[in-house]
Amino acid sequence: MKNYFRRYYYGDIPEDKAGGNIVSSDSKSDWPLWEVFIRSKQGLDHKHVGSLHAADAQMAIENARDVYTRRMEGVSIWVVESKYIHASNPEEAGEMFEPAVDKIYRHPTFYDLPDEVNHM
Amino acid sequence: MSPFIDYTLHLGDNSLILGQKNAEWCGHGPVLEQDIAITNISLDLIGQARNFYQYAATLIGDGTTEDSLAYLRKEREFKNLLLVEQPNGDWGQTILRQFFFSQYQYLLFQQLQNSSDKHIAAIAEKSLKEVTYHLRWSSEWVIRLGDGTDESHQRMQKAIDELWRYTGEMFEAASYETHVDLSTIKEQWINKVKKVFDEATLQMPVKIFMQTGGKEGKHTEHLGYILTELQYMQRAYPGCEW
Repeated sequence: MKNYFRRYYYGDIPEDKAGGNIVSSDSKSDWPLWEVFIRSKQGLDHKHVGSLHAADAQMAIENARDVYTRRMEGVSIWVVESKYIHASNPEEAGEMFEPAVDKIYRHPTFYDLPDEVNHM
Repeated sequence: MSPFIDYTLHLGDNSLILGQKNAEWCGHGPVLEQDIAITNISLDLIGQARNFYQYAATLIGDGTTEDSLAYLRKEREFKNLLLVEQPNGDWGQTILRQFFFSQYQYLLFQQLQNSSDKHIAAIAEKSLKEVTYHLRWSSEWVIRLGDGTDESHQRMQKAIDELWRYTGEMFEAASYETHVDLSTIKEQWINKVKKVFDEATLQMPVKIFMQTGGKEGKHTEHLGYILTELQYMQRAYPGCEW
C-alpha cells in the first residue's frame, strides 16, 4: 500500500501554494518516521530534538538513545510516530497568529508585584 | 607470564577484536540509526579492552603499555575467543555474534564484579551497564529477524549454523582460567539463548562438534587479517604517534 502525506520541514514555510514536499512511502519496506523528545534533566520538559526511522516503538526508543543521547543529553526519552502529530498549516499562519501581535495587554506586565512574589 | 595476567589479556582481547569487527560496519550499517548503534557498541568494547590492557600493562611492567599490547603482539599471543574473530557476514550474522557474546559477557561480568581482585571487579561492574544494553539490543534484533520475514528467518538460521560451533569454547576453561564458574555460566547461557530462540522461532542446533583453541592462541584464519589491518600503522611506522 502506498501512502502519501504532505511533509513540512522545520521552518519551511512554502512560498507557493504547493506546500511541503509530497513524500511517498511504501509502507511494506520503509520504516515509519518517529519524532523524538528528550528530557535533559529531571524537572525539565521533554523537548523535541529531531526525528528518526524505526520499525516499532521499542526500536525507536533505542535508536533515539543511540542517535540523540550519546553525549549525555538526556535522562528520559519520548517517541511518537510522526503521523500522529497534527500541525497547524503554515499557510494559515496569518489568521492563526497575527491577531495576537497587537494585544500586548495579554502579557501580565501592567501589575505592580509585591517583592515577595518571585516567579512570575 | 602469570596465569592472572593471561586471563586479564584474554578479557581484553575478546573486547578488542569484537570491537574491531563491529567497527567495520561504520558507514555501512543497514540504516543510519543502526549504523550508529553498532558503532556505539564497538566503542564500548574498545573502551573495555583499554581498561583490561591498562591493568595488564601495570601488572607486566617493563614499559608495556595498552598500545603495545594491542598493536605489537602477534596472532599466537592473542587469547580471544574464536567467536569474536568470525566474519561479519550479513547483518543477521553480526547481530547473532553480538548476542552470543553479550549474553556470555553479561553472565561472566556478573561473577567477575565479585572478584577478589579489585581492579577486575571494578572494570566488570562498570562494563556491566554497557553489556546489559548490548544484550537487550542484540536479543531484540535476533527476535525481530528470526520472527520476521521468510528471508530474515532463513538468514538467522544460517547464521546460527555458522556460529554455533564457536560457542562451546566459551565454557571450556583455559589453563589460566580459574576465576569463574564456567559450568554455571554455561547452564544460564543455554537457558537464556533458548528463550530468545523460542521467541524468535529459531532452532537450536543439536550437539555438534565445537571448535576450540582461541583462548590458548590457536586461531582461525580470520584473526591474521584482522590484526594486519588493526596493527598496520604501528607495524609500518614503528612508534608513530598522532
